[in-house]
Amino acid sequence: MSVIVFTVILLLGSYLAGLLGSLTGLGGGFIIIPLLTLLLKVDIHYAIGASLVSVIATSSGSAAAYVKEGITNIRLGMFLEIATTAGAFTGALLAIYVPTHVIAIIFGLILIFSAVMSLRNKAEQIVHKETFLSKKLRLSGNYPVNDELIDYNVTNIAGGFFMMVFAGIISGLLGVGSGALKVVAMDGIMRIPFKVSTTTSNFMIGVTAAASAVVYLQRGYIHPGIAMPVVIGVLLGAISGSKILVHTPSSKWLRWVFAIVVTVLSVQMIYNGIKGNI
Amino acid sequence: MESKETYNSPVPFGGDQQKGISGSVKDKDIQVIIGWILRGGVAISMILVFIGGIFFVYRHGYSIPDYRTFKGVPVFIHDFGGIINGVITFKGQAIIQLGIILLIATPIIRVAFSAVGFLLEKDYLYTFITLIVLLIILASMISGYAG
Repeated sequence: MSVIVFTVILLLGSYLAGLLGSLTGLGGGFIIIPLLTLLLKVDIHYAIGASLVSVIATSSGSAAAYVKEGITNIRLGMFLEIATTAGAFTGALLAIYVPTHVIAIIFGLILIFSAVMSLRNKAEQIVHKETFLSKKLRLSGNYPVNDELIDYNVTNIAGGFFMMVFAGIISGLLGVGSGALKVVAMDGIMRIPFKVSTTTSNFMIGVTAAASAVVYLQRGYIHPGIAMPVVIGVLLGAISGSKILVHTPSSKWLRWVFAIVVTVLSVQMIYNGIKGNI
Repeated sequence: MESKETYNSPVPFGGDQQKGISGSVKDKDIQVIIGWILRGGVAISMILVFIGGIFFVYRHGYSIPDYRTFKGVPVFIHDFGGIINGVITFKGQAIIQLGIILLIATPIIRVAFSAVGFLLEKDYLYTFITLIVLLIILASMISGYAG
């Protein structure tokens, strides 16, 4: 396959990945890595490097918008970034020693988990009680809903922190944003309102990915010929996705379509991993 | 009622009465700066990646790349000096790589700015927390060189 054909296929595929990733909130990395490894037969280390770069582009781009709206809890994000960057550093080191077929299997498992998480109906419980740590770290906050500020507090900070270390390791090992795991830590464990948890998670994804990208860059995992179409495609796709989201309410059927696509891809990744093709 | 109180309250230096991140004026300024850094960093790096991509595809469009086995990146973009050298001589892959380095640097610069912001607010706890994050990233960078 010539450079021009490879670039065009990857641009289109990445555009679709970015579009679906932004509409469903799962991120583009989950389609990019199977696309590169299964379809284009690219080495998984190159795939992870390119995906990681696209994760930084989309999360930084959209974080800029959310930060402006004042929904992102910057203190909470900063505090949890200790956990995610330490995890990402560990994950990037592990990626050197973990055999590629094992990475493919872990990727498939995390992918299935994320798809299930995206379909689950969530019940929101806002906590108002202050804990010792939430007071010390000043993690309580408020966010605007129709010109009114809703106050909230944060609970089980230690539990959330450890979940974030795990999210960071997965992000560094697989080259994805691991937004689903971050949201588990924030809505599930720390009881943060959805609007705050999704925007704060997105705010942290860029730094987390950068912490492992600095390792990948020096090890030659980030190849310009692969990263160039991926980052351009995913970013344009994500921008289109956010434009569509403004005009249409989140549709249930789209989540189902994505969940089915993702399940097929993850089974493929696990199968090829077990057979040692990756 | 609550919201009115939050918006009008002066910036407390002790911080204990501070309601939330959207509460104080200085926090808002820092948020605006952070927004600009993120948007500017992504825009400039994407322009570089795009320009580099045009040079790369124009020159090497018909060559057959082999990405099946891992061989790292071409020698001329192994280190930063090589990349700058390549950019000056309009080498597509070097321009792309410079854009990617800038993209990776964008969230790190954001963290550094947050540290300055917290320091200006006299929020020493968060200045410290932010510096820890920067140190972890620095350690990650150094470990990459060592390997």
